[in-house]
Amino acid sequence: MIRALAAASLRRHPARTALAILGVAVAGALLLDMVMLGSGMRESFRRFLLVQNFQLRIAPKGTLPMDTEATIDSASAILRTLHTNPDIVAVTPVLGAQIHVLQGARALTSFAVGIDQSTEADYQLETGANVALPDRIVANAAFFKVMHVAIGDTVDAVTGFDPQLRTYVGRRKLVLVGQGRFFYTSAEQPVAAVPLATMQAMGGPQRADRVSLVLARVRDSANADSAAAWVDRVIPRVTTISTDAALRQVDERMGYFRQLAVILAAVSLVVGFLLVTTLVTVSVNERLGEIAVMRAIGVRRGRIVQQIVLEGVALSLIGAAGGLALGLVTARYLNAILSDFPGLPSTFHFFLFQPVAAVRSLGLLVLAGILAGAYPAWRAASLPIAGTLRREAIA
Amino acid sequence: MTVTDTLPAPGPNARKPEPIVRVRDAYRDYPMGKETVHALRGVSLEIAPCDNVAIVGPSGCGKSTLLNLMGVVDRPSRGQVLIEGRDAGAMRDREATEFRLRHIGFVFQRFYLMAMLTARENVELPMAEAGVASAERAARARELLDYVGLGARERHRPGELSGGEQQRVAIARALANRPALLLADEPTGELDVRTGAEIIDLFRRLNRDGTAVVVVTHDAELAAAAWRTIHMRDGQIVSQPAR
Repeated sequence: MIRALAAASLRRHPARTALAILGVAVAGALLLDMVMLGSGMRESFRRFLLVQNFQLRIAPKGTLPMDTEATIDSASAILRTLHTNPDIVAVTPVLGAQIHVLQGARALTSFAVGIDQSTEADYQLETGANVALPDRIVANAAFFKVMHVAIGDTVDAVTGFDPQLRTYVGRRKLVLVGQGRFFYTSAEQPVAAVPLATMQAMGGPQRADRVSLVLARVRDSANADSAAAWVDRVIPRVTTISTDAALRQVDERMGYFRQLAVILAAVSLVVGFLLVTTLVTVSVNERLGEIAVMRAIGVRRGRIVQQIVLEGVALSLIGAAGGLALGLVTARYLNAILSDFPGLPSTFHFFLFQPVAAVRSLGLLVLAGILAGAYPAWRAASLPIAGTLRREAIA
Repeated sequence: MTVTDTLPAPGPNARKPEPIVRVRDAYRDYPMGKETVHALRGVSLEIAPCDNVAIVGPSGCGKSTLLNLMGVVDRPSRGQVLIEGRDAGAMRDREATEFRLRHIGFVFQRFYLMAMLTARENVELPMAEAGVASAERAARARELLDYVGLGARERHRPGELSGGEQQRVAIARALANRPALLLADEPTGELDVRTGAEIIDLFRRLNRDGTAVVVVTHDAELAAAAWRTIHMRDGQIVSQPAR
């Protein structure tokens, strides 16, 4: 009966109820989007770093991974040293460079990585085969599109343009064997992978036994930060950054962004709370006589509170459900806009839906709805019956 | 089972039973702005089971305040109000609510039905509160609506009923938990003469069937239908025929 009364009360002014639900839905959507943005960027970055589960990134001293053209010499020795640490279970070297694909008089540029053929550390193969043999190349869809090539074609690739001699240092005929999705580059940027030895050979003597980056996987039970510290100590010419350390840096750099998200989320919560409070208060004030009569005929105070709180809960629940749908749609739209930003890796998302975070934030909204209904409910149920009836009679 | 758990109709010459309401030297003061209104000033009266009493007097003389004290929705500032032997002033809110639910029926001038509930659901409301099972309360609600002549309109909402019909639904609601005492505050105040007469008949029938009825009214016909008429003025009873 109480549920029926609560539902009846909400149906009494359908337009007002619908507007309140819409308001809560908008507040819920904003709350959800801010939660998705606040935690989503960090989580997306974490997933981005851990996409192939390499927790350590070893770069030339004082640089960030692939941030400059600097390289690490004596890569073979470094790999051997890394293998001496029992906590490091896998390592994979990467050498990045610009390559130019010659097509008649034209030279089309692409970024390329020389990789260890045994690990797909940089890409996920979509079609074709991996770069298992020398002079093989796997590229992304943008490469195929820009170069107008297909799997099975041979491309004339060069690297290391010497401006004095006006020649290229390395030139190779590379056979396109597969198409892959590259994790760390944007989808629009042409990018390719070749065997590390091929890439080093194309770079000439300057690139012999050099790498831009070494990725290392640490045993699950080991501490990645300790392993990073060990690498920095044993190989002083490198800087090692663990995923956790990278995330800490992200946290520091994005602190302001997350604060903004938290503030906007809090504002949306307050807006939802105020909306429900306003509607329930208005609704209760209209029904003071009715509530006094209910009390007079023997309806318990708690039951009246329950009924009014139920109204707030219903508004919040329906609004939260609407907010979930609306939030997901707007997040998808906004994510599409932001992800189009040039240079962003395709695996990176600004808004990341995490069910637990979504349930928690919308649960908070429903809790706000309960609290919003509780005060006007208790106030109404506590009004003196006789006095209220007298005032109603006079009114 | 009868609608009002019929008691033998006592009639005017019946043996004097124990009163179900006993008001002893009751005062009720309440603040209004900076002033104190003395709504009741030493009122004493008794209501017998199956009594039929009209309380009349000019507006503001304390009729409704007295009714509220008898209905346990208000407490006297001084004095004592005993309902079925229990001191209404000493009851805590929860007890008073429970007492009203099971022992007292209220009828108001403005009916105060729940607009979004049907006639039957309105009648079921106090029974639901009293924990009566769904099937049982539906049956009793139908029985009560039949009793007040609205058996065919149980599915109608208050907005679809005339004023007289709404007041009859309110009376059926007041009887839902078989109260010994029915209190009505200006029950014909918003009704035309013909509809008011129907309500008067209904109260008479109710009283005959064993429910004590106390009405506060300005309606001379309603007052005339009661066995006893208590006259009030300035918070005091000025005339009160013996019961």
